[in-house]
Amino acid sequence: MKITRILILLSAAAMLTYGICNREYLAVWRKAATICLECIGIG
Amino acid sequence: MVKRKLVQICTALLYNGNFAGFTDGNIWNGSSKNICLPGLNCYSCPGALGACPLGSLQSSLSGVFLRIPFYVLGFILFFALIFARLICGWGCLFGLVQELLYKIPTPKLQRNRFTYLLSYLKYFIALIFLLLLPLAFYHFTGSGVPAFCKFICPAGTLEAALPLAFFKPQIRELLGQLFIWKLTLLCLTVLTAIFIYRPFCRFICPLGAIYGLFNKISLFGMKVNAVKCINCDRCMEHCKMDCRHVGDSECIACGECRKVCPVKAISLGKKF
Repeated sequence: MKITRILILLSAAAMLTYGICNREYLAVWRKAATICLECIGIG
Repeated sequence: MVKRKLVQICTALLYNGNFAGFTDGNIWNGSSKNICLPGLNCYSCPGALGACPLGSLQSSLSGVFLRIPFYVLGFILFFALIFARLICGWGCLFGLVQELLYKIPTPKLQRNRFTYLLSYLKYFIALIFLLLLPLAFYHFTGSGVPAFCKFICPAGTLEAALPLAFFKPQIRELLGQLFIWKLTLLCLTVLTAIFIYRPFCRFICPLGAIYGLFNKISLFGMKVNAVKCINCDRCMEHCKMDCRHVGDSECIACGECRKVCPVKAISLGKKF
């Protein structure tokens, strides 16, 4: 159990770091900071 | 359970702290929107301060460029490892809305064999609407679609579509059949939630399905002291979700079982 938790924690940290290095947060921000037409039933 | 309600209200306010948005209908576009929230909360809600993890996950599979969303997956894994479905019970606005609706005094449909079976539906919805449909749209039309947000999510209709349509006439004019479909789903969810405890969370929510997979290994949640437990099964008799055991993939750590345990064998807290 402990090893699984550590592996998941490391995977999460690695994914977040890779995402930040690739500036994926900008894509998240772009989507989140504009009105999502799909969410409101237009697009 | 007043404490849980208080935490639910506080997290709802934290997720949607842009109160000015509820007066002018403009959504928040500050830098906090590049951080995923733990619970389901539409990022187009005028009050939303963060990004919806499900919406962000799907947006990477929509449009003309597909990419593996490492950043969003990292957030989801992180939240899943720490809290898993405790987030559903303590930090989800849409869950709180359903719980309040369930308080309306009417005859209630208790969990049964059919609801047990139906609880697996959310895994299929997660697979089909988060992965297969966006990929199918991409394959056939060259552009992926955030299928869950577009065709199902009643949280988006409640938190974003209705307030935005109220404040912005130009959005009101654009609403068509898709909105009517989503509004129908929202009305169905609201009606069902009066008679069934948290139907969206139990049968539909893909985020709950993902978090549920991590319930057994999460750092915080419900745990049973096997030495104290007398196997009376009162915990399961009082559980409103579709749990087979305390802390399984359906458990949202609401703590109802803890209240009725005659030997106080159930606790909520750290599991490490």
